[in-house]
Amino acid sequence: MSAATNSSSQIEGAPNIDFSKFETTRSHNAARQRKDRVMTVLIALAFVVALIPLISVLLTTIAGGIKRLNFDFLSHNMQGVFGGKPTPSGGYGGVLHAIIGTLEITGGAMIISIPIGLMCSVYLVEYARGGRLAHTVSLLVDVMSGIPSIVAGLFAYSLFTILGGPGTINGFEGSVALSLLMIPTVVKTSEEMLKIVPNDLREASYALGVTKQRTITKVVLRTALPGIVSGAILAIARVIGETAPLLMTAGFILNTNVNLFNGPMATLPVYVFKEFSDQTVTCPAAAGAGCVEDIPTERAWAAALVLIIIVLVLNLIGRLIEKMFAVKTER
Amino acid sequence: MGQRIDVNHLNIYYGDFLAVEDVNLHIEPNKVTAFIGPSGCGKSTVLRTLDRMHEIIPGAHVKGEVLLEGNNLYGKDVDPVSVRRQVGMVFQRPNPFPTMSIRENVLAGVRLNNRKISKSDEDDLVEWALRGANLWQEVKDRLDNPGIGLSGGQQQRLCIARAVAVHPQVLLMDEPCSALDPISTLAVEDLINELKGDYTIVIVTHNMQQAARIADFTGFFNLKAVGQPGHLEYFADTNTMFNNPQNDEAERYISGRFG
Repeated sequence: MSAATNSSSQIEGAPNIDFSKFETTRSHNAARQRKDRVMTVLIALAFVVALIPLISVLLTTIAGGIKRLNFDFLSHNMQGVFGGKPTPSGGYGGVLHAIIGTLEITGGAMIISIPIGLMCSVYLVEYARGGRLAHTVSLLVDVMSGIPSIVAGLFAYSLFTILGGPGTINGFEGSVALSLLMIPTVVKTSEEMLKIVPNDLREASYALGVTKQRTITKVVLRTALPGIVSGAILAIARVIGETAPLLMTAGFILNTNVNLFNGPMATLPVYVFKEFSDQTVTCPAAAGAGCVEDIPTERAWAAALVLIIIVLVLNLIGRLIEKMFAVKTER
Repeated sequence: MGQRIDVNHLNIYYGDFLAVEDVNLHIEPNKVTAFIGPSGCGKSTVLRTLDRMHEIIPGAHVKGEVLLEGNNLYGKDVDPVSVRRQVGMVFQRPNPFPTMSIRENVLAGVRLNNRKISKSDEDDLVEWALRGANLWQEVKDRLDNPGIGLSGGQQQRLCIARAVAVHPQVLLMDEPCSALDPISTLAVEDLINELKGDYTIVIVTHNMQQAARIADFTGFFNLKAVGQPGHLEYFADTNTMFNNPQNDEAERYISGRFG
């Protein structure tokens, strides 16, 4: 420590500095370590607090939904289900029609919004580099990501009123409404992913005499693919639980409709909403032991659980794709 | 065989800013030509105009002509993409494609251009290019491993293999050894010496010993002051450049009494 107490060697013209003044003291160090412990505890606590709602939601949904979640529930629709009595086939109604509706409508939204969103981000990153149009597009995307979902629903509804006459309701209309909500997320996430592709790789590709188009598709998009996939999954997870715009555009029915382009379709979130609004049914004395009074509530929980499972499965698929196309970074 | 390059009255711009002024330069075929000079004097910029990589940067453009065997690279109907197939480039930082294996990296130039070739032709091309880059013995048993898993020097030789697999006539190298350790540098320098039999090589380097070791001709670039355009101050065969330069600025730079 002797060096620290010495004053610095004299540099001509420079002020004389006593470096011993800048030494950290023992109490300084103790205070720093105390602070370190306090902050560690605080951060761990924040983590736990953030986890509580997540775990609580999961547990509540599982506890509420597991009772009715069986094969009957997954393989039947709500046709011919009245009151709390079991149907002739033995179940209490199910969500088959809603699962099909949700998958088809969300799939439709994916097919619309992923190409549009991806091409938009390619334009922003690879072609427009800071031009005026790019700024405008970015701004509009930001504005669009703030659109309330009910407005997206109204937009799709009025669009299809123009196209197909008043009162047009079908699954594809729901897809359009959802894609309005998805596009901004897809654009934003894939734009970020394209931006972090090192410019070195683009130059390496150009230097091999590769055209811009193939550089983008084969090098840039390929390198950014894992991130783009997780962004798309995020966007799907954001819209798959939307209720209001679907209620407005896709409507609700009790039987199974597999045609995305014709007639109303049931979806899981709308199904949950409908069942939950019913709360209970009355069981007349003559109904017998098989009648369950709060069957709608139980169905609502079970359908919610199915929705969560679908999102989880989508996430898993996304993770798998990410892993399959992962970029090995050993640099 | 390598081709000769003649640069006539080349002015290089970034937008309105004139970066390099009036370069006249004659690069001999099958020789190594080195560019040296202080930072910011435009060595790399000149190098990047020789395969039209310069114009990738928005606003960048040139005036003047670059003749490859008498054909102006900046002629009206010349496609920059086809220029880059004739003139390959190796960069300062090794940049193998991270999503590709060693084998795929070597084949990238062919495959990305959407040319379909048979598996056996591919195998031959991979072996030819990797042998040409002195890398075959080190990687022949793990061609399907990611290219990014190699050491820095191996990655740089992989990039050279990737460049030669397109079979260009000219190889441009932008400080190819500055991110490498001395042993890897030696390997790359040996390789450059072998490659000049088949290619015309232009190399930018900050290492004057390196220029003296590998180059047949050396160009010294300089700039009058910061913010002023750079220019080619002196061009000579390497022996003259380092032993008996006929230019005061070059002599002061080489002997380390610069500025």
